[in-house]
Amino acid sequence: MPTIDLAESGLRSLNKQLHDVGEGSNETHWDIINPRGAHAVAVGVNAAIAITIHGSTGYYCAGMNREARIVVQGSVGPGAAENMMSGSVTVMGDASQYAGATGQGGLLVIQGNASSRCGISMKGIDIVVRGNIGHMAAFMGQAGHLVVCGDAGDALGDSVYEAKLFVRGSVKSLGADCIEKPLRAEHLAVLEKLLGQAGITDVKPSEFKRYGSARKLYNFSVDHADAYG
Amino acid sequence: MAEQSAIGAMGEIMCGIVGLFIKDKGLEPHLGQMLSDMLGTMCDRGPDSAGFAVYGGFEDGFSKITVQSSDPAGFVGLADGLADKLGAPVRMTRKDTHAVLRLAANLIPEARAILRLDHPHLCIMGIGDKIEIYKEVGYPTEVAGRFALSAMTGSHGIGHTRMATESAVTTMGAHPFSTGADQCLVHNGSLSNHNNLRRELKRRGMQFETENDTEVAAAYLSQQMEQGLSLGEALGRGLEDLDGFYTFVVGTRNGFGVLRDPIACKPAVLAETDRYVAFGSEYRALVNLPEIETAKVWEPEPATVYFWER
Repeated sequence: MPTIDLAESGLRSLNKQLHDVGEGSNETHWDIINPRGAHAVAVGVNAAIAITIHGSTGYYCAGMNREARIVVQGSVGPGAAENMMSGSVTVMGDASQYAGATGQGGLLVIQGNASSRCGISMKGIDIVVRGNIGHMAAFMGQAGHLVVCGDAGDALGDSVYEAKLFVRGSVKSLGADCIEKPLRAEHLAVLEKLLGQAGITDVKPSEFKRYGSARKLYNFSVDHADAYG
Repeated sequence: MAEQSAIGAMGEIMCGIVGLFIKDKGLEPHLGQMLSDMLGTMCDRGPDSAGFAVYGGFEDGFSKITVQSSDPAGFVGLADGLADKLGAPVRMTRKDTHAVLRLAANLIPEARAILRLDHPHLCIMGIGDKIEIYKEVGYPTEVAGRFALSAMTGSHGIGHTRMATESAVTTMGAHPFSTGADQCLVHNGSLSNHNNLRRELKRRGMQFETENDTEVAAAYLSQQMEQGLSLGEALGRGLEDLDGFYTFVVGTRNGFGVLRDPIACKPAVLAETDRYVAFGSEYRALVNLPEIETAKVWEPEPATVYFWER
């Protein structure tokens, strides 16, 4: 169980050690201490290991993660879990802007609040936020699920493609081409699964509303041919 | 000293901001040390130049003028000459390229006029009962060292590290900007309507030292407060009139404010305890502050005015 102290070891050395973890390695649990807001902590990990970061981080924490299960015992700066491929990232505190941006897979859990542009251009990632999210969440989201137990800010799901958005609280405003949609049995099942994976037990799937694309913006319509110029 | 190019007026894409507002008087002797530590963590956000404003050293009936001269000869005989003309004592404290002149508060307008006329090579950085402003080209820790920031004391302070992306790296282009007594502003971002706004403010009698967009924001807020608005009200009005990207941190004689534009791309973190309020462009700037582990730490909301006054 290696422990890396970022107060003593450099960031590049830390990330290199994590990148060097081979298949079948016995070093399956890693602790990172004293992150003190450092950028790019545990970026590009490509192994089924567990990593706990003891403290708050800066930009791009756990970006491009593949397979690893990463827990941040604090808050994260902009771009956390950006372009995640698989595995999971759990943030015990808050997340700054564009958490989970462009994520292609895996699960991002934010136990606190997420600020603006959470899940922007998401492409298959699942994101569960225990608190509230800021404006422009899931902007141009293509696939995956965004589950918000609290409230959403302005322009939720602006220009959204096929990402599925669930909000339990209020939505300040919907973005262009984003509409409320019926919550059917299959959506309840998805919510139950994702809430379970996030360890959230005091929130019922039936309390959410579903939002998604009206499909008027991204589908070519011959009636609008003039507008496409 | 104005920057000449219109393009040169653009603000900065990156930059680092730090700010500290002390609530517990017991921390006031450490203000400079704390602010200096915070500024040092933001060097890589703005390695070109740095500046800071510190509010402290109030003496009843006296005010201060901070002046800058790149030529040390500019300070020779300055205080005595000014005192002779005013017929009143002037005390001068020099710090590297800057000097603080302290004189009777009611003589400030006259002193300012004399300085402009007799010492055109001097740049007036700031005027007020409490404010002192220092800014120079150079790596931020080096700039802070030249002015011995860590030894300064006071009730609040604001610092800035600048990464000039489109305009010249000059002393006068560095932040903070001060456009009113005991007022200052630092900025991360760029304003798009500053030329119109500058014309408007000039018509209303505001004076400008540079073509910089940040100075326009500072002058705008000064003008609003001159008309009787509080810092909080002036910032609120700014949301309607200032167009562009910005995170502002503003200081007044007794106040400290933060405002982000509605899009809120420019980073900002606030921390508050019973003893202080602190601002950083990133959490890294706050990690050495006392009791930061138990402080309330949050990202200020877009288009929301935050301000504290004592």
